[in-house]
Amino acid sequence: MLGLEFPPINELLRWQDIFPTFNKIALIAVAAALIGIVLFLIASRRDPMVAPTGVRNLAEVTIDFIEESVVMQTLGKSGLKWTPFLLSLFIFIFLCNIPGVIPIIQMPATARIAIPLSLALLVWVIYIGTGIKHQGLAYFGHLLWPPGVPTALKPLVGIIEFISTILVTPFSLTVRLMANMLAGHILLVTFSLLTTALFRAQTSQLFLVPMSILPFGMLIFLTAFEILVAFLQAYIFAILAAVYINNSTVGHAEDH
Amino acid sequence: MEAFSALVAQTQAQDPADLKNIAAASGAGMAYGLAAIGPGIGIGYLVGKSVEAMARQPEAAGMVRTTMFLGIAFTEALALIGFVVFILLKFA
Repeated sequence: MLGLEFPPINELLRWQDIFPTFNKIALIAVAAALIGIVLFLIASRRDPMVAPTGVRNLAEVTIDFIEESVVMQTLGKSGLKWTPFLLSLFIFIFLCNIPGVIPIIQMPATARIAIPLSLALLVWVIYIGTGIKHQGLAYFGHLLWPPGVPTALKPLVGIIEFISTILVTPFSLTVRLMANMLAGHILLVTFSLLTTALFRAQTSQLFLVPMSILPFGMLIFLTAFEILVAFLQAYIFAILAAVYINNSTVGHAEDH
Repeated sequence: MEAFSALVAQTQAQDPADLKNIAAASGAGMAYGLAAIGPGIGIGYLVGKSVEAMARQPEAAGMVRTTMFLGIAFTEALALIGFVVFILLKFA
């Protein structure tokens, strides 16, 4: 009807294996991990007495950002030992997200569920482990029944707390990251398709072909927006991990 | 939903696969549209209130911003689950 065919979703998200069990997504994830490690190794090699330049500047700004706006805001001063973990989470997720807007690569590795799910399960294991370490087995009691719950309400509150802390938390962490990146990817695909379809339109109407500048402008804007989303999702994942860890160290969770 | 069934009846598609596609497409659009209403209102209200708070007390801006992002993350999850349902209905 419109001369516009939206490709099936497998065409957008499935990639040929480069060699068995290793495709583009895995390549991006490995590259993200390596780039993060190498950048910080280079930064750590510099002499700490001279003024920082280049890579070290970048590393210091990132660490500062994580300390100031993730750790200090949620875990407080005693939580500064969590900085390395949250920093690596942030860097890895950001470097997995950002290929979504890099020309030629154009695929966020986190748009497939595998990476977000593994990261969410990692965070899940860590915050339950922290809870057990800090409060012993009483952690599960606090987790099910926050202090001050009337006895009559205990069964109900227990079920709700169990579902929200044990089941919903990793699910929502996963889906938040995956769906955001997937939505961004599909949005970019849609506007590229619109641009090419209008540009190649076989029509006698004079103004139809130049109109392709409109979806193209939107595409540029959305690309800039996706850079923001890539950063914001990495930030939100790190900050939520910090909040969950804080909840299991302090005692009870107030929000989910 | 009546409008949809009328629409389906109008297109002279007899092929069950076509009918299924039409139903899936309209259902998916409706699912996402409905799922976007609540979080849209919620995030608008949340950010508006946060801006108000930051304007009243600029020295607390950092704390308000962190809490705002947390709130946005929790609110937005609903819209994103709607989006996942959209993908499942449309493509699965």
